[in-house]
Amino acid sequence: MKTIIYIVQKEFKQIMRNKGMLPIILVLPLLQLLILSNAATFEVKNIQFSYVNYDKTTSSNALLDRFRASTYFNIVEDFPSKKLADDAMEKGRVEVILEIPRNFESNLVKNETADLAVYINAIDGAKAGVQNVYVNQIIRSYNQEILINAYQQNQQLTRPINIEIIPSFWYNNTLNYKTYMVPGILVLLVTMITLFLSGMNIVREKEMGTLEQINVTPIKKYQFIIGKLFPFWVLGMLILTVGLIIAKLIFAIPIIGNIALIYLFSSVYILVILGMGLLISNFTDTQQQAMFIAWFFVVIFILMSGLFTPIESMPIWAQNMTLFNPIRYFVEVIRMVMLKGSGFSDISRQFFIICFYAFLMNGLAVWSYKKTN
Amino acid sequence: MKRFIGFVKKEFYHIFRDRRSMFILFGMPIAQIMLFGFAITNEINNVEIAILDKSKDAETTMIINKINASKYFNIENEIISENQIEEVFKKGKVKAVLVFEKDFAKNLQAQKKGSIQVISDATDPNTANTITNYTQAILQNYQQELNQGIESPYQIKTQSQMYYNPELKSVFNFVPGVMTVILMLVSAMMTSISITREKELGTMEILLVSPLKPFLVIIGKVFPYIFLSIINAIVIIVLSIFVFNVPVVGSLFLLGFESILFIITSLTLGVLISTIAQTQQAALMISLMGLMLPVILLSGFIFPLSSMPLPLQVISNIIPAKWFIIILKGIMLKGVGIAQLWKETGILIFMALFFTVLSIRNYKIRLE
Repeated sequence: MKTIIYIVQKEFKQIMRNKGMLPIILVLPLLQLLILSNAATFEVKNIQFSYVNYDKTTSSNALLDRFRASTYFNIVEDFPSKKLADDAMEKGRVEVILEIPRNFESNLVKNETADLAVYINAIDGAKAGVQNVYVNQIIRSYNQEILINAYQQNQQLTRPINIEIIPSFWYNNTLNYKTYMVPGILVLLVTMITLFLSGMNIVREKEMGTLEQINVTPIKKYQFIIGKLFPFWVLGMLILTVGLIIAKLIFAIPIIGNIALIYLFSSVYILVILGMGLLISNFTDTQQQAMFIAWFFVVIFILMSGLFTPIESMPIWAQNMTLFNPIRYFVEVIRMVMLKGSGFSDISRQFFIICFYAFLMNGLAVWSYKKTN
Repeated sequence: MKRFIGFVKKEFYHIFRDRRSMFILFGMPIAQIMLFGFAITNEINNVEIAILDKSKDAETTMIINKINASKYFNIENEIISENQIEEVFKKGKVKAVLVFEKDFAKNLQAQKKGSIQVISDATDPNTANTITNYTQAILQNYQQELNQGIESPYQIKTQSQMYYNPELKSVFNFVPGVMTVILMLVSAMMTSISITREKELGTMEILLVSPLKPFLVIIGKVFPYIFLSIINAIVIIVLSIFVFNVPVVGSLFLLGFESILFIITSLTLGVLISTIAQTQQAALMISLMGLMLPVILLSGFIFPLSSMPLPLQVISNIIPAKWFIIILKGIMLKGVGIAQLWKETGILIFMALFFTVLSIRNYKIRLE
């Protein structure tokens, strides 16, 4: 026990002495949490909207007024021809073009039907889909208004059946994206910091040749590993804590559930990540290699964690792959506990899986660590 | 010159000897493209929902069947009381509950009106919103079926046309993004690490006292990574064309030129990082922790830039990746030429020069 404490002390001193690294380790992640959380939104607003109005009647103007009134659309330009509008889309100045054909109003009055054309830049398919929904909602509500007027004037018309949707958004009724993203990004930062630091640490000693010096001392394998990894565990918990405070005070993210549950889960989770880092260290010879492998796994883990994109939308084989992804469980749990107040029974499955991984990873890491080369 | 070539050769050997790194360097782009192409999408489908049917009549059964038949939803379970809603949400699997009012069919017949409540777990606002929109669309179709025969007057019919990506494939958006992230990180990270490695191990001093001029030493170290990055770019483009059918509408030549320009910009950034960082660890933390998230989040790769708050939109301008993604989308998907892309190209050239000047000013020939 004493030996471990000495190593821990030594490691802490080494971290603290490095004045250049400390701000990078502590400030960089938290700065990113503060800034980047504002960037992560799938909301579609400020749509660069433009139109070509070949009709120029009361009806077409009334329709365009509805677009002007909507908060989703920024009207960029009124183009005299479709060709010019297309050019602007090519240059990236506009994203949506509404084309109102000649005779829009007269068709509507005479034939009781009129056509509109909408052109959308669909390179980002999901965004284009949402833009299309917004455009159609406005047109539909305009249509609805015309219909209501018609019924009022002519009582003979049969009323069609109307099924109404009443939406209700629980836990986040303002649909605030930060509420969803801040806990997720926090998980990511904690993971990256602890994985990169622990992954590079032992291999660094290998590369520098100082590991051999330690190997000839009477320190036992497990003492050395615990001593090495404990400071990073503390660091991870520290970043988590500051991150949670930032989430609460600056982003006003609700913490509905039991915060002890988050700490319980995190304390085991960080062990999994440290075990991975150690494992990577054991199988590499240089920091460069270690960092590459760590980066490779982190990128894949992030992409397949459900942090940015939903897991349910993945094909089944990919969903099965996510079962081996520790980040997935942490993202799920921190969101559930913080935002919905899920209790231990709700997250027990994730908790036991992560405990299993902690044993597995650290077991493998200790087993593959060789004191002699 | 001969000395320089010899030095570059040595660097190449150095990199290629490390099999593991090679494997990852070339395996990474392939793995990422495959994941983005096949597995990762920000579309929403197969969402688990639950039903609370307080009416249980022919109409509600019909609607439930319609919803179940759509690819967007899987009906996970029926629940019997309002209290259970909270319970299923807390377990996390069910994302929304559809509540049919009592006497749904009766109301529909008597008053021609019925209402369905869609309660969604809005911790994920995007999914919640999309679920609401999708259910709305399904019910609108159903409503139209019911209303067949009743000619309602004054119909405005909208035709939507999706430019550049008619099938709304998400891989079209992700390919330029993945390519940018990989080129940026491989170029910037690799160079910064490999130069600081020499510093840390003390071998840089040996190189600096060699008859090679310091800037040739740097160019020599950077050169293999230009080569590696170009191969990566080619692999990504070939995969996206042949596996995912992403078109390259514009000029391949321009695409190649712009890619090399971006690689050089990233490499100069890597050199700049190496002039600041003293240890590999510091270089790694700056290039990985400092570049990875901003490049992923502030470049328009995953999240639309136009929806971000204004200050972030301004900040995004200093991220080289943003401009390269615009260029890639322009050339590959829109088929535009340099006439439309001169501004973005100019910005990248300026950034490369700027990083170079800064590195030269920072660079200390004598290491302390």
